[in-house]
Amino acid sequence: MSNVKSNGGRGEQLLAWIDERFPLSKMIKEHATEYYASKNFNFWYVFGVLAMVVLIIQLITGIFLTMNYKPSADDAFASVEYIMRDVQWGWLIRYMHSTGASAFFIVIYLHMFRAMLYGSYKKPRELLWLIGMVIYVALMAEGFLGYLLPWGQMSYWGAQVIISLFGAIPYVGDPLVEWIRGDFFISDITLNRFFALHVIAVPLALCMLVIMHILALHETGSNNPDGIEIKNNKGPDGIPVDGVAFHPYLTAKDLVAINIFLIAFCSVVFFAPEMGGYFLEHANFEPANSLKTPEHIAPVWYFTPFYAILRAVPDKLGGVVLMGGAIVVLFFLPWLDRCEVKSIRYRGWTYKFALACFAVSFLALGWLGLLPAEGVYTLLARIFTIIYFGFFLLMPFYTAREKTKPVPDRVVYHK
Amino acid sequence: MSFSKAMRFNKFVYGLLAVAMIGLSAGVQAAGGGGGLHDSVGNDVADTASLQRGVGNYVNYCMGCHSMQYVRYNSIGEDLGLTDEQLINNLMFSAEKTTDLMTIAMPPESAEQWFGQAPPDLSLIARSRGADYLYNFLRGFYLDESSPTGVNNLLLPNASMPHVLWELQGTQRAIFDEVEYAPDVTRVEFVGFEQVTPGKLTPEEYDMFVRDLVNFLDYAGAPEQLERTYLGIWVILFLLVFLFFSYLLKNEIWKDIK
Amino acid sequence: MSADEGLSRRHFLAVATSVTGGVGIALTAVPFLSSWKPSARAQAAGAPVEVDISKLESGALLRVEWRGKPVWVLRRSQVMLDRIEDNTYDLRDPDSNDSDQPPYAKNEFRAIKPDVLVLIANCTHLGCVPTDRFEVAPADLGPNWVGGFFCPCHGSKFDLSGRVFAGVPAPTNLSVPQYRFADDNLIIVGENSGAAG
Repeated sequence: MSNVKSNGGRGEQLLAWIDERFPLSKMIKEHATEYYASKNFNFWYVFGVLAMVVLIIQLITGIFLTMNYKPSADDAFASVEYIMRDVQWGWLIRYMHSTGASAFFIVIYLHMFRAMLYGSYKKPRELLWLIGMVIYVALMAEGFLGYLLPWGQMSYWGAQVIISLFGAIPYVGDPLVEWIRGDFFISDITLNRFFALHVIAVPLALCMLVIMHILALHETGSNNPDGIEIKNNKGPDGIPVDGVAFHPYLTAKDLVAINIFLIAFCSVVFFAPEMGGYFLEHANFEPANSLKTPEHIAPVWYFTPFYAILRAVPDKLGGVVLMGGAIVVLFFLPWLDRCEVKSIRYRGWTYKFALACFAVSFLALGWLGLLPAEGVYTLLARIFTIIYFGFFLLMPFYTAREKTKPVPDRVVYHK
Repeated sequence: MSFSKAMRFNKFVYGLLAVAMIGLSAGVQAAGGGGGLHDSVGNDVADTASLQRGVGNYVNYCMGCHSMQYVRYNSIGEDLGLTDEQLINNLMFSAEKTTDLMTIAMPPESAEQWFGQAPPDLSLIARSRGADYLYNFLRGFYLDESSPTGVNNLLLPNASMPHVLWELQGTQRAIFDEVEYAPDVTRVEFVGFEQVTPGKLTPEEYDMFVRDLVNFLDYAGAPEQLERTYLGIWVILFLLVFLFFSYLLKNEIWKDIK
Repeated sequence: MSADEGLSRRHFLAVATSVTGGVGIALTAVPFLSSWKPSARAQAAGAPVEVDISKLESGALLRVEWRGKPVWVLRRSQVMLDRIEDNTYDLRDPDSNDSDQPPYAKNEFRAIKPDVLVLIANCTHLGCVPTDRFEVAPADLGPNWVGGFFCPCHGSKFDLSGRVFAGVPAPTNLSVPQYRFADDNLIIVGENSGAAG
C-alpha cells in the first residue's frame, strides 16, 4: 500500500520541509497509521465515522444554502422555494441538508446506544462520554434552531412550543422567553438571531467539540465489543496484540460502511425526501401564520421521546423539569453504572434486561410523541417515562451486585 | 458466558428493536386518516399528457383566484414539453413574459373582503395537503342551503370557496345517516352522494378532469421530482459500484489480520 | 495465490476504489458549483428587453437597462454618420478586430442599421459609464473633437461608433450587445439578429 518512503525524491523532501515546521507526519502517525484499535469492531462501531460524514455533508450543504436563503420573516419561506425551484440544483442541496438533519440523529442515537451496549462510557472514558453528551445537546440546539429557518407552520409553532418551555422556570420564565425571542412573539427578530446561531455559533462549537471528542478518544484508545483494554496486552514491538492500525485497516472497513450509509442516505434524498412527513413535515409547506395553529403539532421525530415525557406530566414546570432531566441523567451514566465489566457480552441478566427496557421505552416514547396526547397514549407515555427513568435511577442498585461472567484476556475475533 | 450466548443476546436486542419499529410504523398508520372520503387519486406525474390537460384546467378554472407564485411559465413549458408559443397562446392570460411567475392581479385585501379569507397560493398545496385530499375535496362539494355559497364541502366543512366547477360536475346532494356508535350516543355519518342536476361532464369525465388538475398540482409542488427519481437511480448504481470495490479492498486488506 | 499476485490484486483494488471515490467527489461537486450559475430568477430578470425607438429623434440618445447594465441607443444624424466615414481620429481598433460585438455589428458603424447604434455603456477600461459629448471642439476635449464619448473616470475617448482612441487607458471599443429589430421601430436587446440587416 504505502510506499512513500521508497519513492523518495521530491515528495519526501516536501514532507521533511513541512515536518520541520508543522507536525504533519507525527499527526498522521498518532491518529491514523499508528493509532491502534481493536480488530474485532462490529457494525456498531461505524456510527462515529458516519457522524463525521454527516457533519461534513451538513456543513457543505449548509454553506451553500446560506448563499440563497434570506433570514427574514418576509422572505424566508419564499427564499426556500426559490432554492427549491430557481437555483440550479438547489433542490438537491436542500434535500441533502434536510435529510442530513434526520440522518445525524439516527447515527448519533445508534452511536450512543453502542456506548451503552459495550460500556464505552466507563473509566477511563468518562470525559469522552461527557464531551459526547455536550455534542448531543449542541446538536439538538442546532436542529431546533435550524427548524425555524424555513418559516413554515411547523417551524413557527414548533419554536413557539419549545421556547414556551423556558417560561415554566419560576420567576425568570417570562422575561427569559421574551429575551430569547427578542420580541413579544416569534418574529423576524427571532428568526434572524436563530439564523446567526444556526449557521455560525453552534456549528463552530460543534466542530471544536468533535475535535475534543476525537482527541479524548485517541488518548484513552477505543473500546471494543468485549470491553477489554487492548493496551494492557502489548507485543514485543509495543503494539497491542489485538490492535490494528486505524489506517489502512479501519479506514478500509469504514469506507464500506460509509458507502452503505450513502446508499441509504441517497435513497431518501432522491426517492423519499419527505420520508412520509417525518423528515419534512407536511404542514411546513404552508408559510408561518402567527394566528393559526396547525391541527396537530408534533416536533420532528428526533425530539419526540423527550416531547412525550414532557406531555406525560400534568404540570407545566414538572414536565419541563422531567424532560430536561431525561437528558441530564445521561451525563451521569458513567457514575450510575457500578459494574466493573464493560461489555454487555459479559454482564449479568439484570443489565441486559434493563437496557432492553430502556431501548423499548425510548422508541415507544418517540412513537408516542408523534401521536396526539389523549387517552391511552398518555397512560402509555407515563409508563414508559417511569421505565426510562427507572433504568437510570435504579442503576446504582441493580449494577452493584451484578452477576457477571469472566472477561477473557484477548478479544474475540473470528476471521 | 460463552460467545454464542452473547450473540444470542444480541439477536434478542435486535429482535426487540425490530418489534418496536414495526409497532411504531403500525401505530403511525392507525393514527392517520379521519372522516370523509378516502378515494385515492392515482395520479402519475410522469404522464405528460395528463399534466398538460391539468395545467389547462388550472389556468382556466383556478387561476382567477389562486396564484402559483413560485412557478414560472417557462419552467412548466420545459417540463411539460410546451413551446413558448403554446404557453403564450394557451396559458398566459395576463403575464407578459414566459419567464414570469404565475401571479394573479387580485389584491389579497379585496379577496379577503369577497371570500372572508384570501384564496391561498397553490404552489405547494399538494405537498401540504396531499394529492388524495385535493382529489376528494374537489369532488366533495354538496348542496347546502345554510351556506352563503349554497354549497358545503365534505372535507372542509364551511369552506369559503364556492363550487367553481359546478357547471362541469353538476350539483349533488350528500346523504348522511345517524349511526349509534355507543349506547344512546349517535353521530352523523356520510353515506354517499346523489346527483341532483347533471353537469357538462359525466361523473367519470369529471373525475378525470380533477385527476389531471391534481396531477398538475402534485407536479407543481415538487417540480424536481421526475428529474430527481431519474437521477437517483444513477446515483445509487454508482454507489453500488463504489461499494463493490471498497468491499473487495477491505477484504483484501484484512487478509493481513490473523 | 503467490504473494506477488496478492499485492497486485491489492494494488488494483486500491486504485479502483480511489478512482471511483475521486470520480464520485468530482461528480458531487458539479451540482454545488452549478448552483452558482444564474438562477431562473436571474435569467428571467436578464431576459431580453424591448426598446421602442419610434420617438427617438435624430441625434438623440436613449438609455435603457439590460442585465443590470446601461445600454445606449443612439439615433445618429447624417452629420454624425459623415464624421464616422471621414474619420479624423487616431483609433486603436478601427475595424473592431479585438473588440466585443456580434458579427452583424462588426463594421465601421458597429450597427445593423447605420443610423441606430446600440452600445453597452460601460467603459472597457474599468467599467465606468462614459458621457456623451456630441459637440464639436469643446474646451476640455480640444479643437480636434468632432463628437463621441468621453469617460470621466480615466479619460478614455471613443468616437461616434464607440471605437476607442489610441493612447487612452481603455483597451478595446465599447461593446455592442446582441440585439435585433423586431420591426423598424422596435429593438430587442439580448436576442440575436438572424441576418445582418
